[in-house]
Amino acid sequence: MAIEINMPALSPTMEKGTLAKWMVKEGDTVESGDVIAEIETDKATMEVEAVDEGTITQILVAEGTEDVPVGQVIAILVEEGEEAEASPDALPEPTKPVVETKASAPADVPAQDVFVEPSAPVVAVTLADPAVPQGTEMTNLTVREALRDAMAEELRRDPDVFVMGEEVGEYQGAYKVTQGLLDEFGPDRIIDTPITEHGFAGLGAGAAFAGLKPVIEFMTFNFAMQAIDHIINSAAKSRYMSGGLVSCPIVFRGPNGAASRVGAQHSQNYAAWYANVPGLKVIAPYDAADCKGLLKAAILDPNPVVFLENELMYGESFDVPVLDDYVLPIGKARIFREGSDVTLVSYSITVGEALKAADMLAEQDISAEVIDLRTIRPLDIETVIESVKKTNRCVIAEEGWPQCSVASDISAQLMEKAFDYLDAPVTRVNSVDVPLPYADNLEKAAVVNADKIVTAVKAVCYSE
Amino acid sequence: MAPKKSTKKPAASPRRRSTKPALYKAADDELISFYQQMLLIRRFEEKAGQMYGMGLIGGFCHLYIGQEAVVVGIQTALKDGDSVITGYREHGHMLVGGTDPKAVMAELTGRSGGCSSGKGGSMHMFNPEKGFYGGHGIVGAQVSLGTGLGFAAKYRKTDNVSVAYFGDGASNQGQVYESFNMAQIWDLPVVYIIENNQYAMGTSVKRASSEIELCRRGESFRIPGEQVDGMNVLAVRAAMDKAVKYCRDGKGPYILEMKTYRYRGHSMSDPAKYRSKEEVQKMRSEHDAIDQIKAVILDRGLMDEADLKAADKAIKSRVADAASYAQECPEPALSELYTNVLA
Ligand SMILES: Cc1ncc(C[n+]2csc(CCOP(=O)(O)OP(=O)(O)O)c2C)c(N)n1
Ligand SMILES: [Mg+2]
Repeated sequence: MAIEINMPALSPTMEKGTLAKWMVKEGDTVESGDVIAEIETDKATMEVEAVDEGTITQILVAEGTEDVPVGQVIAILVEEGEEAEASPDALPEPTKPVVETKASAPADVPAQDVFVEPSAPVVAVTLADPAVPQGTEMTNLTVREALRDAMAEELRRDPDVFVMGEEVGEYQGAYKVTQGLLDEFGPDRIIDTPITEHGFAGLGAGAAFAGLKPVIEFMTFNFAMQAIDHIINSAAKSRYMSGGLVSCPIVFRGPNGAASRVGAQHSQNYAAWYANVPGLKVIAPYDAADCKGLLKAAILDPNPVVFLENELMYGESFDVPVLDDYVLPIGKARIFREGSDVTLVSYSITVGEALKAADMLAEQDISAEVIDLRTIRPLDIETVIESVKKTNRCVIAEEGWPQCSVASDISAQLMEKAFDYLDAPVTRVNSVDVPLPYADNLEKAAVVNADKIVTAVKAVCYSE
Repeated sequence: MAPKKSTKKPAASPRRRSTKPALYKAADDELISFYQQMLLIRRFEEKAGQMYGMGLIGGFCHLYIGQEAVVVGIQTALKDGDSVITGYREHGHMLVGGTDPKAVMAELTGRSGGCSSGKGGSMHMFNPEKGFYGGHGIVGAQVSLGTGLGFAAKYRKTDNVSVAYFGDGASNQGQVYESFNMAQIWDLPVVYIIENNQYAMGTSVKRASSEIELCRRGESFRIPGEQVDGMNVLAVRAAMDKAVKYCRDGKGPYILEMKTYRYRGHSMSDPAKYRSKEEVQKMRSEHDAIDQIKAVILDRGLMDEADLKAADKAIKSRVADAASYAQECPEPALSELYTNVLA
């Protein structure tokens, strides 16, 4: 019975890959478990094993083919000696949603104002970052590369900087963010730990007391809950408790928030948790340039910094300024897009949704100003207030639970500090108030998206 | 619970793996059942791997292929009322624990017919009716939780035991030792099963553990420990019978280190560059748990090659049915998003 071998999905986020190498040829017999091909994803080269036993009768995708979509038939295998009954293995075509390749610009936006990058979320009428001098040369980097470059530059500059965490060295990072660092800096400075978060977070804080500059990677921030005592009780409070005698210049970094269907225990946003703590700085950047400039700033900062990345953003590419030492100020929000009818505040991955929402709103003649907070603590509420003075409306979008969220805090501050400027209630768009479910449809329904933001904006603009 | 009087003998010296391990004397039908259960896990996991590749399963998916002898040897030694808990590599525990493969596969596809109604996924499966408490994603957490299950068994004055499975990597988490200490001072009936498959993601035991004989990790708590050939279901079962008896007799916790091996990557997205193909091939061809038991079955003349083939075919078709069910079953209703948050 002929069995179709499909391009496999090799990670939760993979949509296509390169068929790097065939390890079999037509006519070869294979057993379950034999490696039949090598496939490159954005993260790694992976081996594909045969699931069924039989003979490879046809190879349908040539070695070296790039961008083969997940699910495409790449070879045909015929089972040995099986009668010609319907094979239980002939599964129907996978029902993966078709991936939109390129978002088109809304019709009513002048073409020259539209800036579309192949893989980056759509950004229309984007303002240049005021921190970058006009005419600066740009290079296209993924968020992953920008983070790595930031660490590499600081490791080169200061011998007291070291990186520690699970799988950061020999494995090259669970999400490949530390790729190449072990080769350049060696095992004394790029240190693989056992799975022992509470221990190495405390060790890092102690090393920072002694003047070193640890960059502690959590494989994800979900696992930092094992270590949160040291982040808060040891790192955040020591300067204060010692009357300023003890410093703890440490960075705790790693992916934060939901990824793709990894379930309730692996999908939490901790921004509001850490933002609650005096003695910490909390950064949650969106694009690659901010990742680079702010991670460098975090490592240079004499305080403990919690640096929240997002796994779904690691493979996204953005322009990053080519500057010798690109350091951004901590605590400064960025107006990503100017507008006059409503202020849309967000941070991290949700900035992308806010920008999409702003595009959709533009089509309906609603002009949204999009603010990327970039730093959650200290919070740049001034920038938000200045914007609200102009727009008189504010919607805050955040991937995370609503109660006691960053959005709640901004809402409270606007009520205290900008009450007279508001023409509508400040509105929060948060994830649904439940642990994140695994099922595809439920997960999609639970997270924040552009549509939900648009609905909220229209409500505060009384436009529907 | 009041700390017990120190009537205990001095630190039990941990028993290492002896050169002649005790082997469980399985009756003929037991042997066949061990074989079938291990094969069911293997075929199920192969199918799950294939379905992941097709995009039908999302998120993380950790396969149990290679480790089948551990769970079959352990679970068959338990009785009603015993509890079991483990991490995210739990499909095999669910299947051997008596959950319908359809419900397990439908959980993997995130459908309404899944054992967690599609809300948990690969890492979060439970069957409390059968004493199985999950399915946990935070490495090491199940050790304290399993100690609590043992506490409940003792608190209720039953002779039930709790089995807490965890990996070699998990054995470096601090809460494991906090749990060991409590279990020993209160004589809790917990069998700690360390599934030492030699790697925690890409980190070998040698690179992460100062004491690589993990059965000795209980020494300073005076918990006896034993190292077992985890590729041999009969060795696993014999060791577990002994450990369970020790716990049921009220003597306190027991540690079994299962030397085992996972053939596949840590999860579906692991490039597995930290070990050689030869190493994996050697384990597969020389130590495979299913091959070993097959040899015993042939040796005793319980089945011939044709019978084995027929058995494999029957299991494959059961798995295929589970796979079809898992694809045909509808996604959960959207209203399910809001249910089960609180009682
Ligand atoms: C607290 C915590 N830290 C890190 C992780 C990420 N992680 C998941 S599995 C794993 C390796 C665990 O290895 P081991 O305990 O040997 O179990 P195995 O996967 O080999 O069964 C790691 C690091 C996690 N889930 N939880
Ligand atoms: Mg392991």
